[in-house]
Amino acid sequence: MRHTISVWVDNEPGLLSRVTGLFSGRGFNIESLCVAETVEPGVSRITLVTSGNEQIIEQIIKQLRKLINVIKVVDLTGTEHVEREMALVKVKAEDRFRAEVLRIADIFRCRVVDVSPHAYTLEITGNNEKIGAVLDLLKTLGIQEVVRTGTLAIQRSKKN
Amino acid sequence: MTMTGAQILLKALEREGVKHIFGFPGGAVIDLYDELSRCPTIKHFLVRHEQGAIHAADGYARAAAQVGVCLVTSGPGATNTVSGIASAYMDSIPVVIFTGQVPTALIGNDAFQEVDIVGITRPCTKHNYLVKSVADLARVVHEAFHIARSGRPGPVLVDLPKDVLGGRTTPKFPEQVKIKSYNPTYHANPRQIKRALDLILKAQRPVIYAGGGVISSGAAEELTRLAETLQIPVTNTLMGLGGFPAPHDLWLGMLGMHGTFYANMAIHHTDLLIAIGARFDDRVTGKIEEFAPEAKIIHIDIDPTSISKNVVVDIPIVGDCQDALSQLNELIAALEPRDWAQAHQPWLDQIAAWKRDHPLSYDRNSGELKPQFVVEKLYELTKGEAIITTEVGQNQMWAAQFYPMKRPNRWMSSGGLGCMGYGFPAALGAQVACPHDLVIDIAGDGSIQMNIQEMATAVEYDLPVKVAILNNQYLGMVRQWQQLFYKGVYSQTSMAVAPDFVKLAEAYGGLGLRAEKPEEVEPVILEAINTRKPVLMDFRVSPEECVTPMVPAGAPTHKMILV
Repeated sequence: MRHTISVWVDNEPGLLSRVTGLFSGRGFNIESLCVAETVEPGVSRITLVTSGNEQIIEQIIKQLRKLINVIKVVDLTGTEHVEREMALVKVKAEDRFRAEVLRIADIFRCRVVDVSPHAYTLEITGNNEKIGAVLDLLKTLGIQEVVRTGTLAIQRSKKN
Repeated sequence: MTMTGAQILLKALEREGVKHIFGFPGGAVIDLYDELSRCPTIKHFLVRHEQGAIHAADGYARAAAQVGVCLVTSGPGATNTVSGIASAYMDSIPVVIFTGQVPTALIGNDAFQEVDIVGITRPCTKHNYLVKSVADLARVVHEAFHIARSGRPGPVLVDLPKDVLGGRTTPKFPEQVKIKSYNPTYHANPRQIKRALDLILKAQRPVIYAGGGVISSGAAEELTRLAETLQIPVTNTLMGLGGFPAPHDLWLGMLGMHGTFYANMAIHHTDLLIAIGARFDDRVTGKIEEFAPEAKIIHIDIDPTSISKNVVVDIPIVGDCQDALSQLNELIAALEPRDWAQAHQPWLDQIAAWKRDHPLSYDRNSGELKPQFVVEKLYELTKGEAIITTEVGQNQMWAAQFYPMKRPNRWMSSGGLGCMGYGFPAALGAQVACPHDLVIDIAGDGSIQMNIQEMATAVEYDLPVKVAILNNQYLGMVRQWQQLFYKGVYSQTSMAVAPDFVKLAEAYGGLGLRAEKPEEVEPVILEAINTRKPVLMDFRVSPEECVTPMVPAGAPTHKMILV
């Protein structure tokens, strides 16, 4: 099963390779990984998407916690949370498809961030499935290049 | 007052109570060695190969129950320690390794004797550091010792660029080390202990399976008390030997691939397995689906990742073995007295029958010199009081089988990594830690050659370690597998060409002795014990003797090859 895991870390040199080395060395999957600083100086937050059965996910979480520079690990899957990913897509814009590309962009609330005579670059934000859906539609028109951030995730605040 | 990095490092070591260092100098650490020459409190042992230094630090750590320290230069000095670091990591041994590094300005430039040792050792250290500024040095050294010895112990490497050792600052030595992201759980959850006790009280056929965690947490007494009070039989892992006072009526010996028949049968038929400071290694479990098939499992370990990693357990208890066992013993002491022996009698009778039917054995009447006989004689003539280190392979298994350990911290073997060449340097480390004890390395003719150069170290520092070479002129364990599973094709396992170990010992300035017949064994051992010198004993044993019993790799543990 797919799990989205948040990892708070001391922003030490080599930290990222400790995390990725743990995954490669123990044969765990990484589907995506995002990392950047938090508001607290020196603390970064990694959002990891991985997959495995219950026992493997439990091992992944424990092994992450065991790293000396890891402050906190939370498995967001199974909790109320929001996931977002961004993709930049360069789509061929031949004359007969220019309007169709813009229609799709409009329907999925994408932004056009670059225009040239032969291509549009779209910025798409959404969860993993939405981005997949947009890419599937755009594929038929001709995608030249895609770059994706991987999943970011945050827990929803308590309602009361 | 300002100090150089080298001075700060030595001061920090003094503050950690370090008295002995095993190392080998080189360009990147020459400033440190210069400073060391004026340091009255720390004695340095110059090994002949850096692998010797790290294994010696490991043996020292186990014998002294303190952090072992190893110091080497950059590049090859550092890479030569990697096998020993990996071994210490697998066996959870607290060592701190200081490696030299090229000056910070040259890092990444492929400078002379540069290697990314922090990158190389990331997966085989508990933690590691590259010290980039002399201002960080004092803090990092104290953190390294704290991490190495606390929680589940392990090796910590500190990489020291030359300009950091030469740089100056006014150091701040922390009174206490605090790392906000590192807080091992020592105190076991009392609710879990209570749940464990409920299971223990119900069990008809309980077994304790105790590993190295009992030794590293100093829980041997608590374990003995638990087992004796409740009359529960105990089996040890290779790492756990000495954690229970063997031989003992309740002791089952070692379990697993070359464990005793009765230990493995007990595991197979138990209804409650109490795992303490052990990690369900594949050499213990055999075919995992058929391991302890009838048992509920309680697992006490300080490392949460060890729990439910290989075998899903019923009652996980995260905490220090000593803490958990003390809590358990207190609860038991408060119970109404019961006749536990009677409660477990049918089970104890069954185990006694297994013991009687299939004890550890070998052919005692062949007239040949058997390796098992040599180990038995060592036990008899040292009254079981020696510190024993082993190499890896058949020698290691025979030592584990035929030299029962009475006390903790007296048995040293590269258990997890199975690193040939461990035993001799580890024996030197143990001898430094325990100068008045008899230290014996039980070795094979193959593995002793992996670090034989440390004879010079033994002679130089007057470390009168005895090496008992069970010389069968083969890489015996691999040969055994080839005999049993590869149609007897002995591919590359002959060691027929080897040095004359007697002459070799003499060449190094030690004593060499040889025994070729059973009756020559006793005089050789007695002479070795009574000689205050490093001694190599060359026992010419039966070449094709196999270690039995044996669980073939991947087979369930109750299906053992007995002879």
